[in-house]
Amino acid sequence: MSALLEVDGLSVELPVAGEYRTVLQDVSFSLDAGQTLGLVGESGSGKSMTVRSIAQLLPPGARTSGSITFDGASVLDLRGDALRKFRSRDVSMIFQDPRAHTNPVRRIGDFLTEAMRVNGRVPRREAERRAVELLAEVGIHDGERRLRQYPHELSGGLLQRVMIAASLAVKPRLILADEPTTALDVTTQSEVMAILARLQREYGMAMLFITHDLELAAAVCDETVVMYAGAMVEHQASSRLHTDPLHPYSAALMQARPEIERRVPRLPAIPGHPTSAFETPDGCAFAPRCRFAEDACRAALPAFERVGDGEYSRCRRAEELRGQLLVPAVVSHEEVVR
Amino acid sequence: MSAASPKAALHTLRFLGGRIGGLLVTLLASSFVVFGALYLAPGSPITFLTHGRSMTPDAIAQINEQYHFDEPFLLQYVRWLGGILQGDFGRSILYKDSVGSLLGQRIGTTVALIALSALLVALIGLGIGIFSGLKPGIASSALMGVSTAAMAVPTFVAAVVLTLVFAVELGWFPVFGVGEGPVDMLYHLILPAFALALASIAFVARLSQAAIRQEITADHVQTAISRGFPYGVVVRRHVLRNASLPVLTVLGLTLAGMISGTVVVEQVFQLNGLGSLLVSSVQQKDFPVVQAICLVYVAAFIVLNTVIDLAYSVLDPRVSVGGGKS
Repeated sequence: MSALLEVDGLSVELPVAGEYRTVLQDVSFSLDAGQTLGLVGESGSGKSMTVRSIAQLLPPGARTSGSITFDGASVLDLRGDALRKFRSRDVSMIFQDPRAHTNPVRRIGDFLTEAMRVNGRVPRREAERRAVELLAEVGIHDGERRLRQYPHELSGGLLQRVMIAASLAVKPRLILADEPTTALDVTTQSEVMAILARLQREYGMAMLFITHDLELAAAVCDETVVMYAGAMVEHQASSRLHTDPLHPYSAALMQARPEIERRVPRLPAIPGHPTSAFETPDGCAFAPRCRFAEDACRAALPAFERVGDGEYSRCRRAEELRGQLLVPAVVSHEEVVR
Repeated sequence: MSAASPKAALHTLRFLGGRIGGLLVTLLASSFVVFGALYLAPGSPITFLTHGRSMTPDAIAQINEQYHFDEPFLLQYVRWLGGILQGDFGRSILYKDSVGSLLGQRIGTTVALIALSALLVALIGLGIGIFSGLKPGIASSALMGVSTAAMAVPTFVAAVVLTLVFAVELGWFPVFGVGEGPVDMLYHLILPAFALALASIAFVARLSQAAIRQEITADHVQTAISRGFPYGVVVRRHVLRNASLPVLTVLGLTLAGMISGTVVVEQVFQLNGLGSLLVSSVQQKDFPVVQAICLVYVAAFIVLNTVIDLAYSVLDPRVSVGGGKS
């Protein structure tokens, strides 16, 4: 069976102050129906740009190369009606900030039924009945009342559930979730996440899930792609990512997380600061911050290579370093004194 | 907020009551200012009535009996206000006629002038604004450039230039007067209305363009696009609907500003409206007429603002009825 979504060699350049800058380079992955793929990385690593490319929501003037194939059709070549059909039937996007992404002067009912009424030509009453059902599915049981409310009358968590309900309305085959829980508080986060994961299973939808929360990615996604400076640095099963990272960057991220069970005097931070794709030096983008970097790492950009079965890494020392990446760095003299 | 619940209905009623109460208080205060300002103004209407000649004390007493100039200020004010509340604006010193009927003869011209100007602002101003907001490019930049220049043109300059070009040189429109009958009146009013509306057209065009440009990049519009709606639906339901809010506020204010602009335009085009009557009455010290016209202008201004306020709370659900953003 061929994949539902196939991204191959996707690169994106955006015009910034008159010149084109690379924000995404050589991103490739595939996603089967019903599967969940996590995209993990810090701000500016290109996660959102990847998702936006798929829905063709890039800022005006963006230049893309490579290919995105959805169910055999080339997404980047879609225009006009075909693009609208793709957006309205096949993919559905859930945004990070539900408040900014809903029209403040329109009622919840309007937001929920709009897609059905505009794209599906469903009569108003029918659409409203369906909207109440959808709200019940996301755990909102006083749907009739909610339909008449405005976005500012709902809490963030509630509004994000409405957003999820709205994206289900069209029964898409692929959900693009761009940090759907980042703007919510922790308890609401887990509720919303549970709802999203359950519905995704029930509806059998594929999901591309963006987050910067590694735990969340591990819990929700079948596979995880780690991105750094606009490029993929690692791709493997989410379950193994924590115990067996294949790239020093992923390993450093793991180590920078606090653990609930263990008390540590100081969390190891990754030295240096995150870079964007266009300001990275030749060679490996992470090399300046990597404790395993050698001269050869700085010479040329390493290829994204297969390390094992379903395991890929952009580290030229991936195989050699496997298993050692999570060993704590030598404690510096300064820290011993403290 | 459901329209059906009695609590909400009560809330709305209280809001309306508050607004109308505020409107009445403002009107009362402004009537006092209008009356007081003219009372303090230099020059006595008696001088005009007597044509500067010295009069016998008897004659002056007779005038005072008719116009009550010798009474204390507050008594004069209360007498005047009481008359207005009964629909009596007093008698014109110059025309020896009731002010009410004088105003009645002329208010039609002014209302028609303002209505036509408002129509021009809405059609041309919003038209240019929407076009250049949605279609950035050379045409839109050019329109915005012209608008910026037009905004800087004072009404009296616009009136004179328009008369020279379209009435005197080209002869397309009459130079002055209001003509006979409604159609002829409309024809006569086109040039004055355009002069009155020019700056407002430009202002509204620029403002609506900016509002649309801002709204079109809003995140919620991105959501609508991502849901695969046709361009027209996105623009109508999400861009224009939301951009209409700031435009509405300014539209109301410019409309109110045009009320005062009628004074200049009616003078230049010799239209027998309230504005030209105001100017001649001020020159002739016809105090009752000046007071009445000022009061009508102020009332129109305040009523207009209240209507805009009410419309705003209907259009923007975030502005809760009863004031304040929630």
